[in-house]
Amino acid sequence: MFSGRLQEQYTDSAQQSETAQLGMWVFIATEIMFFGALIFSYTVCRIAYPEQFRLAGHDSFILLGSINQAILITSSLTMVLAVRAAKADQQRMLVLLLAATAALGIAFLGVKGYEYAKDVAAHSVPALDYVFKPGERRPTEIFWCFYFVATGLHAIHLSIGIVLVLLLTVRAAQGAFSPDYDAPLEVIGLYWSFVDTAWFFLFACIYPLGRAGP
Amino acid sequence: MSVRTPPEPIGPYVLGWAVLLLLLGLSVLAAYEPIGPIFQPIVHFGIAATQAAIVFIIFMKLRGRPSLKWVFAAAGFFWLMFLFGLSTVDYATRSGFPLK
Repeated sequence: MFSGRLQEQYTDSAQQSETAQLGMWVFIATEIMFFGALIFSYTVCRIAYPEQFRLAGHDSFILLGSINQAILITSSLTMVLAVRAAKADQQRMLVLLLAATAALGIAFLGVKGYEYAKDVAAHSVPALDYVFKPGERRPTEIFWCFYFVATGLHAIHLSIGIVLVLLLTVRAAQGAFSPDYDAPLEVIGLYWSFVDTAWFFLFACIYPLGRAGP
Repeated sequence: MSVRTPPEPIGPYVLGWAVLLLLLGLSVLAAYEPIGPIFQPIVHFGIAATQAAIVFIIFMKLRGRPSLKWVFAAAGFFWLMFLFGLSTVDYATRSGFPLK
């Protein structure tokens, strides 16, 4: 029942997979702290300058943010179904689902890039090219600093995820995974879903602001 | 030799995906409702937290029998409480903030 990839310190592949997942959970705990600190700093500034954040948030593009959230949610589904396919030894389905996950991640980055271009065109880049709209003062630039730092860090996380999923796709196409050996899929799947989760909170921070009037 | 197990049911994943999309729609609709500056963040962060819980439980597989994974997952939020708590005390007792 053991595959050739079972390391000698483990009793069986289930124990090896569980241990790998625990390792990823430790990393995710540090990531929760990482994004948590970012969102805390946002919260402090939003409480301090509510009206200015409302004005600044109004200029974000909620349609693009929503499309991106739908893309990420769907990519989490394809990723978890890929793990399921590996467990069921559905090799072709596994490759297809992994490729779909990577494609959805790339689509997210494409939409994000388009959104950044629109932000630049709207002169919303703090410090470099920022034009104050009527009623705006300096704290609106804090909002946009948060926007670019948070979404930029999220995009870096997602880019790493895309590279990892593409590597998994290549390995899956070579028949590297089986019901006995799916630990890398489980671990990268956890990472992918966490990056999805981080977006939910960034979305809540950025896009709903200033849409319903004062 | 591979040990084949019956595929996991696909239902919970598809249901989770549908509910997540529904909550996204709810969040967008709520953004255009004048619910006031107090309820606005409560509603939107509440929806985000619900979505996160769905992903953690269904997609990241925290459901099922008690597992050491629960401790590791909870640890991140446990320490986050300290970060939020102590930092809030700092800002709440600071003079000269926010800047006028």
